[in-house]
Amino acid sequence: MSGKTVADLALEVRSKNAGPFWVTMELFMRDAAGYAVVADPGFLDEPVIARLYGVAADTIQIFRLPELNVVKISFPRPVVQGSLHDRDIHAGQHHVPLALLPLPDRGP
Amino acid sequence: MTRDSVRILVPTGMLGGGFPPETVARGLDLGADVIAVDGGSTDSGPYYLGSGTAKTAAAAVARDLRVLLRAAAAAGIPLIVGSCGTSGTDSGVDWVAGITRDVLAEEGLALRVATVYSEQRAADLEEYLDRGRVHPLPPAGDLDPATLESCRHIVAMMGHEPIEAALAGGADVVLAGRATDTAVAAAYPLMVGMPAGPTWHAAKIVECGGQCTTNPRAGGVLATVDATGFTVEPLDPAVACTPTSVAAHMLYETANPFAMREPAGTIMVAGATYRALDDRRVRVEGSRFEPAAQYTVKLEGARITGYETMSFTAIRDPHILGQITTWAALLRKMITEWVAQTLGLEPGEYAFDIRLYGHDAVLGDLDPETRPPREVGVMLLVNAADQRTATAIAKIANPLMLHLPTPDMDHLPSLAFATSPAETERGAAYEFVLNHAVDVDSPTALFRIHLPEQSDVR
Repeated sequence: MSGKTVADLALEVRSKNAGPFWVTMELFMRDAAGYAVVADPGFLDEPVIARLYGVAADTIQIFRLPELNVVKISFPRPVVQGSLHDRDIHAGQHHVPLALLPLPDRGP
Repeated sequence: MTRDSVRILVPTGMLGGGFPPETVARGLDLGADVIAVDGGSTDSGPYYLGSGTAKTAAAAVARDLRVLLRAAAAAGIPLIVGSCGTSGTDSGVDWVAGITRDVLAEEGLALRVATVYSEQRAADLEEYLDRGRVHPLPPAGDLDPATLESCRHIVAMMGHEPIEAALAGGADVVLAGRATDTAVAAAYPLMVGMPAGPTWHAAKIVECGGQCTTNPRAGGVLATVDATGFTVEPLDPAVACTPTSVAAHMLYETANPFAMREPAGTIMVAGATYRALDDRRVRVEGSRFEPAAQYTVKLEGARITGYETMSFTAIRDPHILGQITTWAALLRKMITEWVAQTLGLEPGEYAFDIRLYGHDAVLGDLDPETRPPREVGVMLLVNAADQRTATAIAKIANPLMLHLPTPDMDHLPSLAFATSPAETERGAAYEFVLNHAVDVDSPTALFRIHLPEQSDVR
């Protein structure tokens, strides 16, 4: 492990509701090199998001926007907004597991 | 009525959010043709739709409206407010209309005010449902009539057409119920003949005011729509729009950044180009609007899930913090047993959530962090069929939240309640239950337009 995370290569990682039933998050990367790391499906794909967030892989949508150095991820909210077990009404803190995802080890 | 361009002034992302008054004056100097502002959102949860009350303070809405009504009157341009009162219920429209009336009287302004209502009756929607004209949107399933009947309030999201009808009917000010964020800004440019692609894309970019600029806290934006595209600039001269800040706004609160469905069709921006005109204005071209074969209107509904009571204590003792998940599991078990003994209620008859703030309250099992916490706030949130039961359950939990030890302790600790009494009654709790769209024959079919003369036009 390199000890570094996705956040180390990003300007901002954020999450937010997209309506009451979806959550969406964006990785705004510092540069094309950082974008290349997170846009690589060998590093970040639907099964990885499914594991990080406990959701079904086939419900996840990933958008890659090279002109903005952005990867955007959307999936149905696992807990409906405002229900008894919703602890993040705006889903504004759910970027953290993605931001703290360890970067791939590039060897010595 | 044809013209070369239309300038849309959006002072803030939400009415009541506040903005420097001089930014609006600057927008008028730049030749604004219409002022458009969103008054609501579902983003703060189902409570506002369920209860029909606003998230914003009346004084904050009045402060913003005073500046905007003066500006609209001075420049002789329309003011459009969408999703009045946060959720766009009829009560929300009437609330904003009342504040508007007061401000107009205090300012001695004679503007003609139209209201557009978007609240729906379950029985009316059941007729659409019976005819197979209500469709689920992902991830929802088919709609059951009982779900419609269970809602305290149901609103339909209007497109630009009901707002346009109110403007055409002579309104200076349009106070709309639930509307798409974009319809509020798109209505006037579309009415005077601007092309759909640039208009809808511009409306999406400006719907949150300064969010598409380099400093979202500095006030709103002005978008100029013309035959081939649109130009956007911040109202504060010290702030900039950059191609990145504008393009990035298509990502904000949208599941899909390339295609956005509106009632009349889909905004397609995959082919759009973003070009800096200078160091603070951005030109956007190449946006398209693809008309849909069927006009659809989205529904939102909220129903009561029960009544809630909250209690909050805190732990600083390192011994308990070292075994915080064991302690919380014991608390859950003891509450369940004591409630069964005292109230005779089984777990399916009520529900509660124990949240360990400072440990893993926000992310739960998803949290990647493993360090022990310094202190933990323990929130107990109880949901029961009525308020009295919810509070009784929280009170039964009170001695546990004060004195529960970990299994290896031989004395009773006293934990740190945050308030006296420890329990707070939260009243009714709500949930969003509709995520469906209705096929309608006319864009105005589900909306009631009250023109300034108070005639009711369908």
